[in-house]
Amino acid sequence: MLRVETYPTAAEAARALGPGARFLGGGSLVMIELNYGASDIERIVRTTDPALKDIRVEAGRIHLGALVTMADVLRSRELSFLAPVAQAVGGPAVRSAASVGGNLFAPHPYGDFTVALLALDAMVQTAGGASHPLEGYLADRSGLVTSVSFAAPASNEFAFRKVRRVRPKGASVMSMACRLSRSAGQLSGVRVAYGAMAPTAVRAKAVEQALEGATLDERGIAPALARATEGLDPPTDALASAWYRKETAPVHLHRLLLGENAR
Amino acid sequence: MSKTPVTFRLNGEDAAAFADPGSNLLDFLRRAVGDLSPKYGCGQGTCGACTVLIDGEPHLSCITLAETVTGREVRTAGGLANGPILDRLQEAFIDKFAAQCGYCTPGMLMAATALLDKNANPSRQDVIDAIGGNICRCTGYEPIVDAILEASRNTRGAA
Repeated sequence: MLRVETYPTAAEAARALGPGARFLGGGSLVMIELNYGASDIERIVRTTDPALKDIRVEAGRIHLGALVTMADVLRSRELSFLAPVAQAVGGPAVRSAASVGGNLFAPHPYGDFTVALLALDAMVQTAGGASHPLEGYLADRSGLVTSVSFAAPASNEFAFRKVRRVRPKGASVMSMACRLSRSAGQLSGVRVAYGAMAPTAVRAKAVEQALEGATLDERGIAPALARATEGLDPPTDALASAWYRKETAPVHLHRLLLGENAR
Repeated sequence: MSKTPVTFRLNGEDAAAFADPGSNLLDFLRRAVGDLSPKYGCGQGTCGACTVLIDGEPHLSCITLAETVTGREVRTAGGLANGPILDRLQEAFIDKFAAQCGYCTPGMLMAATALLDKNANPSRQDVIDAIGGNICRCTGYEPIVDAILEASRNTRGAA
C-alpha cells in the first residue's frame, strides 16, 4: 500500500529514503510513474523545508534550492541570464512544477537546465552537507539534493541554445550551454556542455580544450567546431538519429559561440 | 487504505475531500470533489488538458500530488462562468470557433486565464507561449490564439 510521508526538513526526508521510497519534488517525474502504476514505489517522501525554495546570491555565488522551480527562475532578476534556459523547459504549467533538483534526474532527452548548470561548473549540495561537482554527481545521482551553487557569470559570458522540432514547447534534439571566460582577450577556462547527446548532460571536453587560448571569432573557434562531437556517441531516438545529431552539432555550436545569426 | 483529508479553496469556495495516498489532483478533483471540468489527456504532463490554476499559477493537475493543494486556492474551468453568464474567454472561444471536439478547451481556458490575469495586453507571441504546453489536435491553434486576443481586447474595453 502506497504511503505519502511529509517531513519538515530535508535532513529528515533524506533519512526516510530507502528501498521502495521515492522523493517527490515538483512532481513532474515521479507523478508520471505513479500515474502509470509503478509497482516498485511503496512510499513517497517529500519535504516542506523552506530552505529548498531559497534563491541566494552570496559573495558572487548563486545558490538555488533544489525545489526552486523554473517559474521561480523566470521571476528572479538575479537569474535573468538563466531565463532562456528555464523558458526552454516545457510549457508554463510544467515550469510551475519542474524543479532545479528534479532536472538533474530528468531522463534523455530532457534536463536542459542541467546542461546550463554543467557549463556553469555547478556544485551539488546533498542532505548532510556534502558538496559534489555536478559532473561527478550525474554519474551516480546518489544522495538527496538540497541545492546547487555556482559562481555568477559575468555579463555576456554565458550562452544557451536548444534545438527542437516543435515550438514553443518541444524536447531537445540537442541543447548546448557555454561559459566563455576570458583572460587578456583570449578564452580561458571555457566550459561547454551538451544535452541529448549522451544518456545525461555531458561536458564537451574536446571543444573546451580546443577553445583554450583561442579568440572568439570564426578563425579562433574553427578547431573547436571540428572537434564538436569528439568522444561522444549520441543516442538515436524518435527526434533525431545519432548521425543527425553528430552532423548538425557543429552548426549549433557555431551559433552558440558566435551568436544566433552567425553564419 | 488510509486517506488524507484535503481542505482547500475551489473556485472561490471552501472545499474538502479525502484523497487516496499518492493520487493526483486531477483524479481527486474529478472523483472525490466532483469537478469534471479538468480533463484526463495523457497522465504524463504533456497535453495540458488537465491545466488548473493553483494560487494563480498554471499547473498540470495530473502530475500534482492532490494533498499539496491543502490550504491553497485552486481554480478550474468549471469556475469561470458566473451561473449562465459565460466568462469573456468562453464567449471569445465561441465567437472565434476556437473549439471543435472541445477536449483541450478547459486546459486552454485556464492557460489563457493565467496569462490574462498577469498580462491584460498580451502580444500574439505571448499567447502562443502561454498555450505552448497545451495540445489541440482539431483547430490548428490559430482560432484559439485569436479568441484569447479577442478576450483580452474585450477585457480592456470593459475596464
